[in-house]
Amino acid sequence: MTRPVFLGIPTASVGVGNLRGERPFPAAATDALDDTQLRRNLGRATATIREKRARVVAEVDDWQELRDAGASIKDDVLANLDRYLVQLEEQVTAHGGTVHWARDAAEANSIVTRLVTATGAAEVVKVKSMATQEIGLNEALEAAGISAWETDLAELIVQLGHDKPSHILVPAIHRNRTEIRDIFVREMSGVGRAAPDGLTDDPAALAEAARLHLREKFLRATVAISGANFAVAETGTLAVVESEGNGRMCLTLPDTLITVMGIEKLVPTWTDLEVYLQLLPRSSTGERMNPYTSMWTGVTPGDGPQDFHLVLLDNGRTATLADADGRAALRCIRCSACLNVCPVYERVGGHAYGSVYPGPIGAVLSPQLTGVADNPSLPFASTLCGACYDVCPVEIDIPTMLVHLRSKVVESKAGGVPTPEAAAMRSASWVMSDSRRWRAALLGSRSGRLMARDDRIRVKLPFLSRWTASRDLPAPPKQSFRSWWASR
Amino acid sequence: MRVALFTTCLVDGMFPSVGRATVRLLERLGHEVVVPAAQVCCGQMHVNTGYLADALPVVRNHVRAFDSVDVIVAPSGSCVGSVRHQQAMVAEHGGDTVLAADARSLAGRTYELTELIVDVLGLEDVGAWYPHRVTYHPTCHSLRMLRVGDRPLTLLRNVEDIDLVELPQAESCCGFGGTFALKNHAVSSAMLEDKVRNIQSTGASVCTAGDSSCLMHIGGGLSRLQTGARAVHLAEVLAGTRAEPWEVGS
Repeated sequence: MTRPVFLGIPTASVGVGNLRGERPFPAAATDALDDTQLRRNLGRATATIREKRARVVAEVDDWQELRDAGASIKDDVLANLDRYLVQLEEQVTAHGGTVHWARDAAEANSIVTRLVTATGAAEVVKVKSMATQEIGLNEALEAAGISAWETDLAELIVQLGHDKPSHILVPAIHRNRTEIRDIFVREMSGVGRAAPDGLTDDPAALAEAARLHLREKFLRATVAISGANFAVAETGTLAVVESEGNGRMCLTLPDTLITVMGIEKLVPTWTDLEVYLQLLPRSSTGERMNPYTSMWTGVTPGDGPQDFHLVLLDNGRTATLADADGRAALRCIRCSACLNVCPVYERVGGHAYGSVYPGPIGAVLSPQLTGVADNPSLPFASTLCGACYDVCPVEIDIPTMLVHLRSKVVESKAGGVPTPEAAAMRSASWVMSDSRRWRAALLGSRSGRLMARDDRIRVKLPFLSRWTASRDLPAPPKQSFRSWWASR
Repeated sequence: MRVALFTTCLVDGMFPSVGRATVRLLERLGHEVVVPAAQVCCGQMHVNTGYLADALPVVRNHVRAFDSVDVIVAPSGSCVGSVRHQQAMVAEHGGDTVLAADARSLAGRTYELTELIVDVLGLEDVGAWYPHRVTYHPTCHSLRMLRVGDRPLTLLRNVEDIDLVELPQAESCCGFGGTFALKNHAVSSAMLEDKVRNIQSTGASVCTAGDSSCLMHIGGGLSRLQTGARAVHLAEVLAGTRAEPWEVGS
């Protein structure tokens, strides 16, 4: 069977945004493992969220049916994206909003920068948003002399700490409250209201410090920038779900609202939201219901922002859609359940993935948005244990997709001089596809016994040292199974 | 019943006692075991490392080797997982639709050891004797790919004189993941460390599981850290009786 080959669909902007890491995953992960504070923070936080999620998911009798619905609604959206996007544009426009189409991060950044500049504002307040992190919007605005203030508590911690988010939902998961106190005390005064004197690491005191610091910015801002969790094609309604109410401040107080949204965030009808507003909070924060759900349709005279712009972002999404074996990654509703159950994420955290989308979903999404050549180590950052697939509220088969992307990485390297791995795999294939060759190889492998002591190989061999550095390897047995069976 | 043993390459080459224990167990239960000589490997290593084209001849050899047998059993959840979920995909990727159809048929006839015993042979007690403190690690592919559920534990609970203790965080991966253990050896070792610590906390002298690959990893950690505990395949726990005990490595 020949597979369709799609040519010429652009991937995510190069040199802009945060989808590509500076180092391969294994190197970045090894460094992360050395940070014992990080491992403690992550281990504790992921275990807590995991248990909460499991508890509230178990309460729902029709959870599996909800997952099926969540997957099929998104598949319909993806199959008819062209139609739904135009429908959304018509509805938003009819309700007084303006729609902009951005091919990639660079284009989206320049559209937003132009819109902000046109208002004359020198600062904006921001609702927590993965799309704007993805495209590096804050950096682009800063280059244009515009200050962007993150108002989600965790994003504020990350921004004040000159840090990067390490989790989709809980971007400061790698920090504990003592570290947060220190960041507030050190950094708040430089960019606004200082932290109260004698600030402790009591969570309520930290929240109060953030509240005082942010309130000043909410009341002053004339422009807000948000992402969107959902957009309803039939009505033109945008939805943001959050836990703090800070998002709602941004969505209602300023005169101008600019929303940057990936083109896959659509649902066809208003009633489809019912499915996701059940799936999302239980999967992400382990809550039965989301605390703040803000929805708006275009502009409402005399109420809320009077100037609304929606920027529809591609940045590699159409390229992802073109791959039949990878496109289901676009179902993702950014709940992070897969991060919280992932044994790899739990130990190394989000920064090691080098992309704003870490964990299992990041390992399949980032390489597709950028093209696998730019993120070749991410599809291998998994043991294929399958815990992610089990918890995914939209049934993305991440392990199978990882295997598919691994084959794309291998194919992308084919052609030139074979890598040592490719050569080894080729010869293993030759040996393992014929039992006579295999039998001969087994006889040869007994030489491995020469290196063994107490039937364990402990010596360091170049190709095996990655194993023997931390585990013993049993010596090959005196007799293979097939030889025993033949002699029986 | 006539059962064909899919030994798996790892058991054939590195852990033959697991194959011998599987034969002993099935024969003891009154079944005939055959071992198709042409078999080698299911192709999982190639597939999971991204080498689909190189996996194709391996898959072809495997499917052809078991063409003429009705019921196949393997002492490995992950190799059976590969037969069920990967071989047809590899054949299709390589454009061989006939092989894909044969692979699908083979997938329907291939069972993991505890599936065969509980579902096909209808047994929950195999009459085994194993007088040790044992903890059970459900390997990821048995657990989440095959959904073997509590079949292994049901069989273990009915072993005479076994002291079966629960493994904390049992469902967490041991960190093996095939070539993951080499490509991401530091992360893999960190995961193994936690698994070993959990095994030690049970005081068990034996950690058992249904996959020699995961057991090679766990056993390598238990041995390196000189814990005194060993990794023993489920087939070896179930193979012996009071009259004829199974010696590990026999």
